[in-house]
Order: sequence, then C-alpha cells, then structure tokens
Amino acid sequence: MSDEKTMVEGFEAPISLHYTFAAGHAISKFLRSMKEGKIVGQRSPATGKVIVPPRGSCPESGKPTTEEVELGDTGTVITFTVVHIPIPNNPVKPPFIVANICLDGADQTFIHLVSDCNNDDVKIGTRVKAVWKDKAEWDYSMDNIKYFKPLDEAPVDIEKLKASRLKEVGKYRHA
Amino acid sequence: MANACAVVGVGQSARYRSKIKMSIAGLVREAAQEALKDAGCTWNDIDAVIIGKAPDFFEGVVMPEIYLAEALGCVGKPMLRVHTAGSVGGSTAIVAASYVQSGQFNRVLTVAYEKQSESNAMWALSSKQPFSPHLNAGAGGFFAPIIREYMRRSGAPADTGCKVALKDRKHALRNPRAHMHEKPEDLDLEKYVNSFMLWEPLRFSEVCPSSDGACAMVLASEDLAKKSPNPPAWIHGAAMRSEPTMYPWREEVNPQAGIDCAKDVYSQAGITNPRKEIDAAEVYVPFSWYEPMWLENLGFAEVNQGWKLTEEGATFIDGGDIPWNCSGGVLSSNPIGASGMIRFAEAALQVRGMAGEHQVDGAKTALGHAYGGGSQFFAMWIVRSTKP
Repeated sequence: MSDEKTMVEGFEAPISLHYTFAAGHAISKFLRSMKEGKIVGQRSPATGKVIVPPRGSCPESGKPTTEEVELGDTGTVITFTVVHIPIPNNPVKPPFIVANICLDGADQTFIHLVSDCNNDDVKIGTRVKAVWKDKAEWDYSMDNIKYFKPLDEAPVDIEKLKASRLKEVGKYRHA
Repeated sequence: MANACAVVGVGQSARYRSKIKMSIAGLVREAAQEALKDAGCTWNDIDAVIIGKAPDFFEGVVMPEIYLAEALGCVGKPMLRVHTAGSVGGSTAIVAASYVQSGQFNRVLTVAYEKQSESNAMWALSSKQPFSPHLNAGAGGFFAPIIREYMRRSGAPADTGCKVALKDRKHALRNPRAHMHEKPEDLDLEKYVNSFMLWEPLRFSEVCPSSDGACAMVLASEDLAKKSPNPPAWIHGAAMRSEPTMYPWREEVNPQAGIDCAKDVYSQAGITNPRKEIDAAEVYVPFSWYEPMWLENLGFAEVNQGWKLTEEGATFIDGGDIPWNCSGGVLSSNPIGASGMIRFAEAALQVRGMAGEHQVDGAKTALGHAYGGGSQFFAMWIVRSTKP
C-alpha cells in the first residue's frame, strides 16, 4: 500500500471569474464612441493634457474631466516590445509587437498591437495608423481596432514630441 | 520621534525552489519558526502578526491570512494583512515596524510568502480589461518597453542586462537558499546573450524564476532588542511611496515615487551620498535592466549613467564598492510576495554579520528595497548595526 506513504501534492482546481463591469460616465462615453468608430479623450482642466482612454478625472490633479476631445486614429510609438511567447486563447501568434502608442493630440499612451509590417522596421518614434475591423463587428471595445500599422513617414523624436505637447497644452490650462 | 525598533530574528525557506512540497501553511510556519529561533523567543512572546503576499488571485486562496492564523500561532492575537503588489514584502515589514515604533506592540512577527507552483502569476496578471485590448503578456510584457526606452536614452551596451543577471547568479552560488544555482559552465556571458528572447529586448537569462518560498522577521523594541541573543539590525529609516500606473507623460523609466521614497528614507537615516555611505544593498531587480535603472532612481548614479557601475563591477561582491544583491536577488529567487521582505531581511542579515558566504565584510549600513505594480509602489528601509 505505497499510496498511504505518498503525499498528495495537489490537484487541478481552475478558477474562472466573470465580472460585470460598471464603466462609469467617462468610460461609457469612450466605449459608446468606439462603437461609432471614433476615439474620444478628455482634457484635464488643470493641466490641459488630453487623456485617452479617459477615466473621468485628471490623474495629476484629481479634478473631474468633462471636456471631450475627438482624436484621430494616427499616433506615435512611444516604446514597444516584441513578444515571443504566446498568450493563451489569443489568436495573435508570436512574435508580435505590443506598443505604447500616443495618439496625435493626446498626452497619455495606451497599449495596442503594431502589425502588418516587418517587426525590425518598428522603432521608438515610428508613426502608426489604426486598422479597424469591419464596421459590422464594432462593439463597445478597444478591440474594434485590429492593430496599428506603420505609416510611410519618418520616425519622430519622442522627446521633441513631448516638449511640443507640453507647450501646446499650456494654452488650455484653466486657472 | 518614533521609538527604536530592530530586526532580531530572520527566517527563510531552506531553499527557494520552483516547487516546495509543503502546504502554504507549512511554508510560512517554517520561515516563522526559524525567525523565532534566531530571536531566541517562542510563539508566546509575539504580540501580533503582520503578513503580506501578492494578489490572492495568484494561488486562488482568498484572504489566506485567515487560514494561516493557526500556523503562525496567532489565534487570539492581532493579525493584519498588507497588500501592495510586488512591493508587499517590503511594505509589510514597514507596517510591522511601525507597530513597534509607535509603542503599540513590543515584539511583532512579520511574514510574507508566495507559492508560485500553486498559481499562475503570469496570466493572473493578464486579465482582460474592457477599455484595453487583451495583450498585456505578463509582467515582462509591461516592463520590456520601459527597458527599451532606458536603453535608448542611456545608450548602454546591449549586453549590460546580461551582465547584471550573470553577476546576480554568481552571487546566488554563495547563498544556499537561492533558487537558481547554475552550473559554473553555464555562467557564461556568451550563453546569456544567446538565450532565447521572451519580450524583446528581454531574454530568458535576464528574467527572474518562478519560486515558492516564505520569509519572516521578528521585530522588537529597544529593550527587547538589547536582550536578544544575536546582534540586532536597527531600523534607521523606513519609507513608502506610490503613484498612478498611468498618467500623461508619466516618467516610467525613473519614477518620481521611487525618487521621493529614496529621498525620504535617506533623510531619516542621515544619508547624503548613498554610494559612499551604504555598504550593501538588496534591491528589487526582477528583470536585469532594473539594476542600472534603480541605481539611478536611488541616487547611486547620475541619470543615464547607472549601467556604467554594473559594467565596472561596482555592484559585484568581489571588489565592488557598492555590492547589490549579494544574496542573488530577485533574479535568482522570486517568491513574489516574499521577494520584497527577503530584500529587507537580507539587508538586516548583512548589518548583523549573519549573511554567511555572501556577507559583505564589515557591512554596517544596508538598504532594503522593493517595488511593485507598474513601478508604482515603493518600500525602502535603511538598517544599521548601531542603534539610532
């Protein structure tokens, strides 16, 4: 009866959590706009900076953000990684690029795929444009954008980009 | 002014490993018993237990502190759980110390652990969010882009990261508890720079392992510390800071919260030149490039110059003027929730002269550091062999 001496080391007990997400005003507006194929951020009254996706308040000052700013779907790769390991249940096969993208006219990055390109050609500062799913598939989701594709433009100096944005947003700062 | 508090006992898992054949309760009890033994006391001498671990979702045990109360001898005693993501081991120690410094308790047991073999930390960190595409491929996927930006700004050689990892794995060979004990022939820069890519620019060789393990400390008031059988490590400063994960033009390479936290802890300890005044540092470096980045964030080097200290060997125990992570660091053992406390405990062992083969000769002042979340939670302490 060797079983009596064998320690039970474990058994599989997978956990699955299903959340109901209450988006709140800011994210609701953002997701409703996404369903229409538009990316809408919010401007902080304190700093003048444009936050996307908006969270309803300025993370730097805590002030509520109400002014909406419709953004285009072009932007700049601020930094990125090339992922060489697969993400379970994700149809995207490695190696793929996950980039921190700053949309033109925005001041905060979000992550998204950069694809339909030679991975080695992507650099910090590469200019990109969103490639959207078919309109029929649009939902309340950032996944309406399939990926970003590099534009045929010269890469930008991200430090200069930051400096010019900080100068620009000063105009919108409220007392 | 707070009352003095000292580390009088340290306990750790006999060996951090990818799978320790022990329950979570057994894991924390083993570390706690060793800490009690070092402190020359018993369960009855403990006034309260302060425990920390990374997210419950990792092992899927919700509020594990409740189930661990018996194993930690604290049924009928105060118990408090601390939670600040990866920095939790450090902040748990600081919370525990604050109970002694305030005079609330005289002797506190503090414990932190993780059992990665019962969990899937990488994917637990990658749950889908409604306003973001589902792409965040574990912690490495988050930190690799920040490392890329550091490399761009600093112009550091591409293999600095591998040199950090190699240095810490060499240190690990002197620490019998370290998870990663590589064969001497594998501790080779050529092999490290050719190991497979995970999250470009991070290679497998530059990433921490997934470990099981626990760390514990007994913290005591001045009167009790003076009576303890082994030398105490006196706390001269303790600080925590946090900042949001995302905000416009966030400085992710050199986070403000880390700069502020270091400034605070140095000021408490009267340190003006950390590189000169600190003898040993245990700093949370789960991905190799975080050594040069934190060398700068913590004021050991000028901005964009941290990599030069690594290249010069300044952080190596043999001949380095500021040895970092002589225990092998997080790069050699990573029981996530415990990792921060191990840094704090190893700093204490250094100034107690009890670090064994990885002891820095004559260390009198040491830094323990932990960070967590998206480089947004920081916890640090300075310990010395002398009383404040």
